[in-house]
Amino acid sequence: MADSVAVLDTLKLVYTIYALIAISLIGWFAIRITQNGQSKAPKPPIFYTYIGILVVIGTGLHFLTYHTVPWVPIDLNRANLKAHKVYNITYKDHKIILEEKPMIVECGKKVIFEAVSEDLTYGFGIFRQNHSMVAQMQVVPGSRNDLMWEFHKNGTYYIRSTEYSGPKGAQMIVQDAIKVIGCSQNDPYAMK
Amino acid sequence: MSLMQTLINGYEGGLKHENMTPMQKMALRFVVIGLLYYGLASLEGMIMRLYEIKPIPLIDEKHFFSIMTVHPMVGIFGSSYMIVFGAFLFLVPYLMKKPIYSLKLANLSWQTIAGGTFIMWLAGFLFSYAPLYTLYWPLPVDFEQFSTIGGIVYIVGVVFIMIGTFLYTYNVFKTILYTPEGWEKQPSMELLKSALGIEGLLNFFRRRKKEHLVPLPIAAISRGTIDMGLNAIVISSAGVLILIYLLGSVFGVDLKDTWVDALLYKNIFWWGLDLIADGLVLIFVAGTWYLLAMLITGKDLFMQNIARAALFVEMVVSWTVWSHHLMSDQGQSNTLKVLSGEVVTAFELVTQGIAVFITLVTLYRARPLKMSNELKFLLGGILGFMLAVPAGIIQADLGMNRILHNTQWVIGTHVHVAILVGLTMTLYSAIYVLFPILTNGTKLYSQKLANWHFWLHLIGGIGMGAFMGMAGIDGMLRRAIYTNGEYNTYMILAGIFGLMIFVAFLIFLYNIVMSIGVKGLVGIYQPATTNTKDCVPTQKES
Repeated sequence: MADSVAVLDTLKLVYTIYALIAISLIGWFAIRITQNGQSKAPKPPIFYTYIGILVVIGTGLHFLTYHTVPWVPIDLNRANLKAHKVYNITYKDHKIILEEKPMIVECGKKVIFEAVSEDLTYGFGIFRQNHSMVAQMQVVPGSRNDLMWEFHKNGTYYIRSTEYSGPKGAQMIVQDAIKVIGCSQNDPYAMK
Repeated sequence: MSLMQTLINGYEGGLKHENMTPMQKMALRFVVIGLLYYGLASLEGMIMRLYEIKPIPLIDEKHFFSIMTVHPMVGIFGSSYMIVFGAFLFLVPYLMKKPIYSLKLANLSWQTIAGGTFIMWLAGFLFSYAPLYTLYWPLPVDFEQFSTIGGIVYIVGVVFIMIGTFLYTYNVFKTILYTPEGWEKQPSMELLKSALGIEGLLNFFRRRKKEHLVPLPIAAISRGTIDMGLNAIVISSAGVLILIYLLGSVFGVDLKDTWVDALLYKNIFWWGLDLIADGLVLIFVAGTWYLLAMLITGKDLFMQNIARAALFVEMVVSWTVWSHHLMSDQGQSNTLKVLSGEVVTAFELVTQGIAVFITLVTLYRARPLKMSNELKFLLGGILGFMLAVPAGIIQADLGMNRILHNTQWVIGTHVHVAILVGLTMTLYSAIYVLFPILTNGTKLYSQKLANWHFWLHLIGGIGMGAFMGMAGIDGMLRRAIYTNGEYNTYMILAGIFGLMIFVAFLIFLYNIVMSIGVKGLVGIYQPATTNTKDCVPTQKES
């Protein structure tokens, strides 16, 4: 099952290729418009095909991620799904207070991280030991902040506030906050 | 002529400010201040780039975040707004062949925005007020972290900026609609319908198409200006709310911050802010591309009707797109996340794609073209948006946002490439087009320096965005400090490319000052000696 490392590696590759194509296209265009030659305007079908392609790419991306990124259907069907366990987390005075530490998560089970802020807007981010992000959500005071997640690799993860809450919140980190056990595979970037 | 003489008098005599019209002076006053604020924003950017490599001992964390707070405000309001306002307040009367409604209001606009930006900047510099531009409730009124006086100074600065924005908005629409003295009565309602694109929309359903009363660039300016006015209302309202709490604190009244719903506030705030980020930037940029393409080629725009329709669609998109900023807010409804956040945002790819297509075809039909400064910067600007808009579409996806929100990807690959490469290069192109018009044909000091400016800015902008984006993909947050060198390779590379942008600006500034001369520069701010309402001097005056 795809995790954030796989998704982000794909993004890095696809976007780099796209960027190189875009740069080359404009470079080619810059040379062409300084040269003599035929300069007929494209016919309407070409324009409308181009628009069609943009619509397909723009909306197709969301269909693609819905079917390939495992947390999207979980997010959208969140109200109908039951969690194996709920972990309560409190944010107050630029501190992240965990009800239990570490939060032991069983492999492949849906769990909920339920965060409550008693003062400011914060963020809840799960990170691997190499600092790559697993997932995150905003922690807004007076609002529901619950992230349903499923882990499929063993590892130890830290939590960091992903939202700015003033200079005092620049280093809101809880090391070894989540420990995933019981999987057949280890997360190579999350092993201590 | 010695270097010193050129610096004082300008290249080949420099700018003869005595011959300038009040309109030319007004526009250049905006642009000069805008460029100076751009330099300040670049310097702040460089300080932050260095800090992300290794915290600088002289700057503590509090001050670092106050720089982060004022940096986008100086860049957007002090620089981009100023340059755009100056250009448009000149171009609306110039293109409509009609005097500006009020030159006094126009001059008051640059004074209030320039002053407001400086006051707001002081709040960061003197009082380290640092709630960031997002102002997430209740951070701006967190008196344990920030001083009340700092907050008040900040809000007063913002209020000045918004007053200047309202003045600009009023002046632009009045200029389009009013009847100048001695003129035949102008059809105000018809002009308004044409400027807002309503006529263009109705034309789709008419057998007999009505002629457009305002040129296409004026339609783009009008539609973008509406977003600008609405944005100013939202920001002013947030400012008033924050000010009430700040004044409450001064008078010892404890107003509970829980009276304001943080998520609702965030929705309203982003609705307003996105009128700039996803509304007027894209609309103004598209309109500017169209104008530049027509001026560069001397030909009509390809598919003008489609361009007008796309501008109208873009305005509707900008009013309904805000929710992509709240995709990681679990309290936000899924319907809003999908419809506003994903689907409507995806249409920005379409509207911006149309602008790219029409501009490129217009240029292509006129080939062979000389690779002038305005043309190369225009192509750079188009490339910037070709890179930045898809990056934005990607992060406005439920799956991707979960792992990209608030990372360096958002601020690097999307925001900085859009602003520095897309918007700024478009503005540079406009400056190169307007330079001879506003300065009565003053010659550019060095084409070599202009080329250096172009390449350093283009490579620097793309390179910095790319390495910030890669750091973001690897998990680096955009509003955090890393003290253990976790992302140093990326940050050093981003710093080197960032330095290229800064050097590019210094080269540009030097080239412009050497072209017009210090005397000419000072003369821009002296009262005009001619009392004409014309935009440029008539043959006799010049």
